[in-house]
Parts: sequence; C-alpha cells; structure tokens
Amino acid sequence: MAGFWLTLLIFVPTLGAFGVLLQSDEESIWRSAFIFSLIPLAISIYLFAIFDPHQATYQFVERYSWIPQFGISYHVGMDGISLFLVILTTLLVSLCLLYSGGGDIEVRPREFCFMMLLLETGLLGALLAIDIFLFYLFWEVMLVPMYLMIGIWGHGRKIYATFKFVLFTMAGSLLMLIAIIYLVGVARTQLGHLTFDLPDLYRIALSPTEARWLFAGFAIAFAIKVPMWPVHTWLPDAHTEAPTAGSVMLAGVMLKMGTYGFLRFAIPLFPEVAIQATPIFMALAVIGIIYGALVAMVQPDLKRIVAYSSISHLGFVMLGIFALNPQGLEGATYQMLNHGVSTGALFLLVGMLYVRRHTREVSEFGGLWKSIPMYAAVFMFVMLSSVGLPGLNGFVGEFLILLGTFFKSERAAAVAVFGVVLGALYMMWAYERVMWGPITKKVNETIKDLTAREIAVMVPLIAAILFMGLYPRLILTRMEPSINLLLNRVEAAQARLDAAHARALAALAAPARTVAEK
Amino acid sequence: MNPFTLAAVNFAWLPILPLIAVGVGAMVITLVGPSIDDEDSASLGLIALITVVAAFVLTLFTLGQNTLAFGGALAIDDYSGFFEIVILAATAVTIGMSLDYVADEGLAGAEYYALILFGALGMMLMAAAGDLIIIFLGLETMSIAVYALVGFMRRDPRSNEAALKYFLLGAFSTGFLLYGIALVYGATGTIRLDPVRAAVSADMASNPLLLMGVGMLVIGFGFKVAAVPFHMWTPDAYEGAPTPITAFMAVGVKLAAFAGFLRVFLIHLGPVSAQWSEVLWVIAALTMTVGNVIALVQDNIKRMLAYSAIAHAGYILLGMAAASSHQAGGAILYYLLGYSFTNLGAFAVVVALEHRGEVRDRISDFRGLARTHPGLAAAMALFMLSLTGVPPLAGFVGKFYIFSAALNAGLVWLVILAAVNSTISAYYYVRVIVEMYVREGDVVPIKRIAARPALLISIAVGLAGTILIGLFPQSYMDASAGAFAAAAGRPALKTTALLR
Repeated sequence: MAGFWLTLLIFVPTLGAFGVLLQSDEESIWRSAFIFSLIPLAISIYLFAIFDPHQATYQFVERYSWIPQFGISYHVGMDGISLFLVILTTLLVSLCLLYSGGGDIEVRPREFCFMMLLLETGLLGALLAIDIFLFYLFWEVMLVPMYLMIGIWGHGRKIYATFKFVLFTMAGSLLMLIAIIYLVGVARTQLGHLTFDLPDLYRIALSPTEARWLFAGFAIAFAIKVPMWPVHTWLPDAHTEAPTAGSVMLAGVMLKMGTYGFLRFAIPLFPEVAIQATPIFMALAVIGIIYGALVAMVQPDLKRIVAYSSISHLGFVMLGIFALNPQGLEGATYQMLNHGVSTGALFLLVGMLYVRRHTREVSEFGGLWKSIPMYAAVFMFVMLSSVGLPGLNGFVGEFLILLGTFFKSERAAAVAVFGVVLGALYMMWAYERVMWGPITKKVNETIKDLTAREIAVMVPLIAAILFMGLYPRLILTRMEPSINLLLNRVEAAQARLDAAHARALAALAAPARTVAEK
Repeated sequence: MNPFTLAAVNFAWLPILPLIAVGVGAMVITLVGPSIDDEDSASLGLIALITVVAAFVLTLFTLGQNTLAFGGALAIDDYSGFFEIVILAATAVTIGMSLDYVADEGLAGAEYYALILFGALGMMLMAAAGDLIIIFLGLETMSIAVYALVGFMRRDPRSNEAALKYFLLGAFSTGFLLYGIALVYGATGTIRLDPVRAAVSADMASNPLLLMGVGMLVIGFGFKVAAVPFHMWTPDAYEGAPTPITAFMAVGVKLAAFAGFLRVFLIHLGPVSAQWSEVLWVIAALTMTVGNVIALVQDNIKRMLAYSAIAHAGYILLGMAAASSHQAGGAILYYLLGYSFTNLGAFAVVVALEHRGEVRDRISDFRGLARTHPGLAAAMALFMLSLTGVPPLAGFVGKFYIFSAALNAGLVWLVILAAVNSTISAYYYVRVIVEMYVREGDVVPIKRIAARPALLISIAVGLAGTILIGLFPQSYMDASAGAFAAAAGRPALKTTALLR
C-alpha cells in the first residue's frame, strides 16, 4: 500500500524542531512544541484505528531508493510489534513537553524542545525502519539529543553521566555496524546483489560460526541498550542525572530499542544462535531481575530506586523474549509497553517532587500523604501498576512472561518470581518511608499538591494503566500475528537444529550398527 | 632504449590549463603584492580567490577526458580532476577564512596568498602525476610553500618551532621518497607510472630492488599523510601554524599526499599489493590507535584536531590495506571528500574564535559558545559528530564505505579495531560539544561573526558539504568510484608506446 503516513509521522517532529527554533518567547516555544508533538500522536492513533489486526507483515509500507550503489533504500513499515511502541513514543513525548513546560526545565527551553522533537524523529524512525541501514542511522541519531539533554539540563555529575552513556552506546553500535556490513556482504554473495532490506536478509543462510559472531555483534549492542546485567552500569548514572523528561524518554522508549532490536533483528536474523544462546540470556535476565531489585532496595535516592527497578523490569522483558514461545514473547512485548507507561509515570512523579523540594532523598520526606494526598494517591496507583497488581497493566505482562518462562525453564521461572516479590518489597518500602508516618520535616507540611498541568499529564497515563490492565485483548490481538511470524522463523530454525542433531546421532550410531551386524 | 628527445614529447597545453592558471595567479600576486599595503591584503586574497575559481572552472572542462600529457608525465583523468576540484575547493575555503585573519594579525598578504597558490599548484601536480618525478616535483612545490606558511608568524616562537620541525622532518622524509623512486627505477627501468605497472605485473614480486623501493615509498608518503610512526611533526606543526594554514595542511596536504600515495600504490603497484598491503595493515592499526589515544588527552583544539587527522589517516590506510576489494579506491576518495569538508569547517570555527593575536586554541575556550553564538556552536557540534561518525553526516557514510570495502577484503579484525577506535574518538569529539553546551563558566568574547562574511561563507561551505555528502551520498559515491576507475582502468602501457 502506497502512502505517506509513516514519513509524515517520522518527520513532522523534525519540522516541528526547526519550527520551534523560530519562536522567541518562552510561552510560544512550549506551546508550539506541544502542538507539534500532538500531530504525530494524532497520526499514530489514526494508524492504530486503520491498522489491519490480521495482517502479520508490514503495513503502511513506503519505499524509495536512497543509495542504490549499496542497495540502501528508505524503507519503512509498521507491524503489530512496532505499532504500540510508536503510540507509546508519541504519547510520552507529548506528555513530557506538557510537563516540562510547567517549570521543570528552567533554562534554554528552545533548545530543549528542539532536542525533544529530534529525539522523537530518531525513535520513530528506528521503530519503523525496515532497511537495516536506515535503522542504524536513526539508532545513532537518537543518541545525540539524548546526551545533550542529559548534559545541558541534567543535575549533579551530568558530565560523567553523559560520557558514560555515549561511550557505552557507541561501543555497542559500532560492533553492530560491523556485523551489519558483514551480513550484507554475505547477502551479496548469496543473493547476487547488495541489499540492506530486512526481508531479503532474513532469507540468507549463514554458517554456524558466522551466525554466532554476527549474533554477538547485534546482541551486545542491544544488550547495552536494554540494559542487561552486566553492561547496565551506564543506566543508573544517566537516569539519575537526566532531567525528568530525559529520564522518561530514556526509560519509556529508548531502553525498548534494545529489546525491540532483539525482536526485530537479533532473533529473526539468527534464530539458530538465539535458540542456542537461550540459557545464557535467561541466566543474565534472571540475574538482572534479582540484582536490580536488590540494589533498588538500598538506594537512598527515589530516582535511583526507579532506575534500578528498570533494570529489574527489563530483565523480565528479556526473560520473556528468550522463552521463545507465544506467551513469553507476547508478555515481553506487552511488558515493554507497561514499563514505558508505569516507569514513565514514576519518573514524572519523582520529578514533580524534585521541583517542589529540590531533593530526591527518601529520608527528606515522610508523611506526605497528609500534606499532598492527591499526589500520594496517584503515586500509589502507579506504584501498584509497577509492582504488578492484578487488574492493572503490569500484572498482564508479568504473568504472561512467567507463564512462558515456566514452559521453557521451571528453574528460571521460580527464581524470577522472587523478583516480583522483591519488586513489591522495595517499592512499597520506599512508598511507606515517603508517604506514611508523621511528617518529619517542617517544609513538607506546606508543599503544594498536584497542579492542573500535572494532573493533565498524569491522567492519560493512569487511563492507559487501567485500560491495559482490564482490556489487554485489544493490544494482544494486534501483536499476535506479527509475533507468530517471528515464532515461525524460530520454530523452523529449531526444526533445522533438531534435524542436524538427528543426523549427527545417526552418524554416530552408524559405525556402531555395522559393528553390531558383524 | 630511445633517447628522451623533445620531439617525442607531446605538448598538450589544454589539459594543464588549471595548473597554469594557478601558477600565473601566484606570480601575479607576487608581482603586484609589494605595491599593496598590508592593510589592503584582502584585495590580494580576492585575486587569489578569483584564480582558484578560474582554475576550478577550467578543471571542470578537463573532466571526462582521459589523456596522458607530456609523454605520460602528467595523467589528466577524472582521478586528477576529482582531486584538483577538492584541492581547489579546500584552497578557496582556506583563503576565505584567511581574509580577515591575515588583516587582523598583520601578516604580509602578498607572500601569504602567493604561497598558498604555489602550495595548491604542487598539490594539483601530485594529483595529476603520471610519473614518479612529477610526484616528487609536486610534493616539493607543495612542501616548500607550506614550510614557509607554517612559520609565517615570525614573531611567534611556536610558529618558528613548528616550521623548523616540519621542515627538517619533511626534508628527511623527502629523501626516503626520492630513494624509493630511484630503487623503483632501478628495478623497472622506468619512472613513468604506467610502464611501472606493466613491469611489476610480470612476476617481480620478489625483486629485492623493487621491494626496497616500495618500502622507501611507504615511508616517504607515510610522512606526508602523517601515518604512525612517521607522524611526530604533525601536532607541533599544526599547533604552531596560523590556523587557516593548519586547515590547509590538514586537508590540502593530506589530499595531495593521498592522491599520490593511492595512485602509486593502489593502481600502479597494485599487482604486488600482496607485498605491501600487510605493511599497511600494521601502519593503519598503529595510526588509528595512536592517533585516537593521544587525542584523548589533548587540551589544545589544534593539537586535538592534529591527532584526529592522524587517526583519520589511519582509517584511510585501512581502506588502502583493503586493496584487493574493488570498492577500496572509491571508498577512500569518498572518505577524503567528506573528511575535507568537515575538517575545513571545524578549523574555520577555530579561526572564528581567534581575534587580533589572541590565541584561543584551548578546548576550554569553547566554553559557553552555545549561549553566545548558538549557530557557530551548532555548526561545530555537527563537525565533531561527523568526525565521530554519527549518521547521517559525511563522516559516517565515509566510514561505512571504507569499513564495507575492508570487510569485503576480509580484514575483519582491522575493522573491529577501527570500530573500537571510533568509540574512543567519540570521547574527545564529544568533549568539545560538552564544553560548548554543558559547562558553565567564563565565556570568551568573540568578534561578531556576521562582520566577517568570508569566514561565515567558509563555515557554511564546510557545513553544506558535511551534510549533503552524508545525506545524499549516491552521486558523490559515483563520482568517487568513477574517478578511481578512470585512473585504474587505463591499460598499462609500455614505455615504448609512450615515447613513440
């Protein structure tokens, strides 16, 4: 189907970014940026409405030749996996701009809006790219506004956090670039022409050694982005020092680029290796779950608690992905959305507290329920969603993931369940210390409750939490065909592995049989 | 063998008109220069600029032909045309950023612009060389002009030191190059490049004379392209030279040196590439690693860009080591194209910071630039990102092109090393961005950029190149690959055929 929707979706924010540069007074900067961010949101919702839930392959496809010498084209499309991540992105960008205009960002608002909208282009482009070169391009493009965001509007050790973020991500993505080029080289010898097109690349056959190295190239880049234990160390720093909107975008969407990369590239391109690597990734995911939860428990800073909880939650997503069965994959994809909504909301709430008190130390608070009840109630609601209370969104994802994991490995599921318990523990403990008990600090008696703008920011997220918890079918049915397509590839690879295994056994048995016949 | 007689030489003036134009322009400036006050040196700059534009237009007319002029001494083909166009563009931008600089610093305009043009003439000669002696001639014309330019700020001890170091080491390296030429002549019996190629094809891979000659040539060219371990002069010379001249060295000299290096090695010594590509493997690995690692600890922007230039030479050498890939030539030419515009732009921003003899070449001098001059800072940020290799800028596509050529040739480990190096390089390039955008502190006052239109245009040219070459790479890739193919595709003629 020819169309222009996706191009519009990707580049309206860029246009908006430059439009914002023309504005002069602060009021109109925020207003125009917000309006520009509403356009992609509207487009993505419209696309959701006309999305064909039965089609597994890409929809709204656009394709133009770009660098024919390398067979690189501007090829974009949307499927059931990317659809909801796109909506999540456009929604969070709008909310972040709405929130940040309310006083969270005090200096250089024009540059901030510029970066935010540029980041949106990068994120949407990476989610929608079918050409792997195009994907890499957007993948790198989104890095730049993010590190400037941390650097310019961040707090504390922001310069250290910026460098750490850049170097970790660059290291990963360059390895991926080499893997991409090598893969394309193999594609040329097999298909007879240069192509960076994902469906073409799916068709090529690789030797086991090649596949293993290439998988490693992709997997390391994505694992850094997720981030999986033990390459997670950039995340707490980046999250803590970033401005609120930066943390929301980082946790809400950017981390999903890693897990999305596994779903879109690493696993379907190298399904055999993915199957063989399952034990390693499940182990790392489980370590991440437990480690993230334990470290979150002892953090004195609210934002660091949320940051480490991200490591734990993303561990669940990885666990679900590498269960490599329908329940696990659907749960993982669902949990990606949940985490975006819930953690995004948590970061916003922590940011609201920071604007009021200029501290995030848990010990600085206590008894907030008495002074700002509405804030405390919203926080409670979001926290319950994050720990996976049945009826709210987190439960659906975690349940499916654990189910899928259980089918694959009972041991991994058993350990991961402790992660759920620990998650409830550190969240509620933090909540208790901040909200309940007597008011220990005098300043906390007079702080203001949620403003109208803050309520407007939180309402869509609360609605999403409720809706996704009560009616997951609407989303799951649209994901299913695309996920099944991915699973078909995995099952075909499993069959090939089994056949090879059987051949090897037969070869081993053959000499034995001849001996026996004699 | 035939005696070399004048009658045998085919005097083709038309293809070398661009060279003649530049030479004439340089002489005109030398002649009229003394009668013009130093305050009016901008008018001399304009003469130089007009000369360059004229030569540029004339070069466009030479495109598409593939002729050997002067009995094979000059090869006027799309390869030479490609390099001449980029060299002339670099010269024009250098002059553009010099106009106000020379006047502000009170430098002697006549000598300055004449030397730039003579330097450009030498560079163009190297690009169009059809024999080894012309390469030497071009190299010397270029080098002597640049030695003088580096030491142009006579009262600045750093400039003096830079010129002396550059001159002594440069002269030393020229000796190696000349010795290499002599040995190749001894092995093949000719200095014309086409016959050299015909001769080495015929089973000369183990000829000791040839191999020693090739080794000497590697050293000679290695000095000029600033490859490790022949890079020692680079940081001092870059730091001490007047900043526009640093740009001229980082771009023009590098372009010319690689033009010669590539033509001799990739094309005419291609048949024995197995003998030298492993040497280049090692040099490439050393060059990018040493360049990037030492760049990490530089506090001076010109020294940092010097080490960055070394590192980029390493990436280009990676492309040369991939000689067995058919993509290598086009990839290197494309890389040089993107590198040239990005670096010119970056140096133009450094020039913009300097004013009336105040040296503002520390990286910390960029502090707060984003607040006082957002446009300038954004341009510098884009140049740094392009050098890091962030898409969709020219630096990224160039790296991508070179990496794919190298992987095509099977150099997996070297490419991985290059990728690791690119990550390292992100640190020092991002540092400049952090200084401009993040750090708080005293901001250095800068003369209004709008008051210096030539400098503004120079930055704009660099920016346009950096973005367009990266965003719409196809036509530039075609031009690069076509230019290389034009030089490589010419059948290897025998000496006798040339002197017929």
